Amino acid sequence: MTWLWNNSGLVLGLLADHARLSAIPILIGFTASLPIGWIASRSRILRAVLLTVFNVLYTIPALALFVVLPGLLGTKILDETNVVVALSIYAVAMMLRGTVDAFGSVSPDVLQSATAQGFSSTSRFWTVQFPLAGPVLLANLRVVSVSTVSLLSVAALVGSGGLGRLFTEGYSRGFIPEIVVGIVFTVLLALLFDAILVVAGRVLMPWSRRMSAPTRIPSPQAVVTGGGAR
Amino acid sequence: MNFIFDAIAFIVDGTNWPGPLGLAARLQQHVFITALSVVIAAAIAVPLGLVIGHTGRARSAVIAITGAARALPTFGVLTLFVLIGLQFGAGLSLGPVIIVLVILAIPPLLAGAYAGVEAVDRLTVDAARAQGMTEWQILSRVELPLALPLLVGGLRSATLQVVATATIAAYFAQGGLGRYLIEGLSTKDYTRAVIGAILVAALALLLDGLFAVVQKLVVPRGVSRDATRTKRSSTGSSATRPARSIDATRTPVTEG
Repeated sequence: MTWLWNNSGLVLGLLADHARLSAIPILIGFTASLPIGWIASRSRILRAVLLTVFNVLYTIPALALFVVLPGLLGTKILDETNVVVALSIYAVAMMLRGTVDAFGSVSPDVLQSATAQGFSSTSRFWTVQFPLAGPVLLANLRVVSVSTVSLLSVAALVGSGGLGRLFTEGYSRGFIPEIVVGIVFTVLLALLFDAILVVAGRVLMPWSRRMSAPTRIPSPQAVVTGGGAR
Repeated sequence: MNFIFDAIAFIVDGTNWPGPLGLAARLQQHVFITALSVVIAAAIAVPLGLVIGHTGRARSAVIAITGAARALPTFGVLTLFVLIGLQFGAGLSLGPVIIVLVILAIPPLLAGAYAGVEAVDRLTVDAARAQGMTEWQILSRVELPLALPLLVGGLRSATLQVVATATIAAYFAQGGLGRYLIEGLSTKDYTRAVIGAILVAALALLLDGLFAVVQKLVVPRGVSRDATRTKRSSTGSSATRPARSIDATRTPVTEG
């Protein structure tokens, strides 16, 4: 506790870095997965191709991707961009199947009646399909958010900021409290992001509270997926 | 791009493979660390998961554990255990690293075993019970075979996670392919780092492909995707959805 008190400036700075460096990929991943997921939900072949491509990318361990990306992007090896791009790829990969399922979960009858009522395909998407897919999208986004926050700590090995630096520094100094502080703050940040998403979901989708209450129990395959340090 | 071409040239060059510090030795170490951790974790988690799935007890604990595991920064936990090991005089041995890798592999394995059994149609289990099967027979002859695809799915994500984390473990002077990566980064020899990165990625993709094939092979005869799909739509319950599980175990699909 004394260490934390004396170094609160350092820890808060790293916390802010961590929040920024994980929030950007989460937002990019969510935004990018919408069009990709929408395309994938329209055609069987595209669905198979896109899911396979992102599945393969997701399989590549994070540290490996951090190191290979500079060669592909032409960035410097210690550039933050590498980490942001890598985490965004993972975020899309984690998000994508959920997005496809979310769009697919909207009943075709509902879509047809929207068309019959004169919705154009764009407005049908934004005012009918997207909001109805919302709860499933949110559930996936929460998984992406938590995984991204914890995954970012590995980026300290390629010199990126964030709470992971407390692990590399704590290790080189052989100082356990610093590491414990790093772990605790990473988990707290993940919980904070999760809380923000839950509140945002309640505000943006007031109807989902009533609807989703009985289906709170996750489906079997939902619990299988790990996340963690890929 | 240069780093990548140089790295590939290094890997393709056969003379870099043999020897105690060669690529083959590093690859072997990596596979050994991964296999050991996953086997220990499976010995703990799979029986536990099967029992939880069969009895339905402590299922909320499984969900809580897998959720919490996702939030834990593995790199931090790894650092913590290695340092604790050092302070207890264990030196830079493999012990603390293996312990962390086992802890890491348990949640997906537990969830895979539990979810596999949970996803078996309750009517099928009741039918088995009505035929006079004992609880043990139901678990071993009905639920386990039907649970295998999801169980292997859990094994698949556990293995990939361990392969990835074993790379990071090289930061603490352990062997494995991560050694190239970490050494390359610390000496600013990026070609060396990329060699490690490419080999680790290749190993991960290879294992993922192997498990994908195994997952398809363990689907019991008579359980076709179409058959399960129609069953799912007729029951409509979120707990009985085995059809998509075959390829859906890798990517998070959460409801609610």
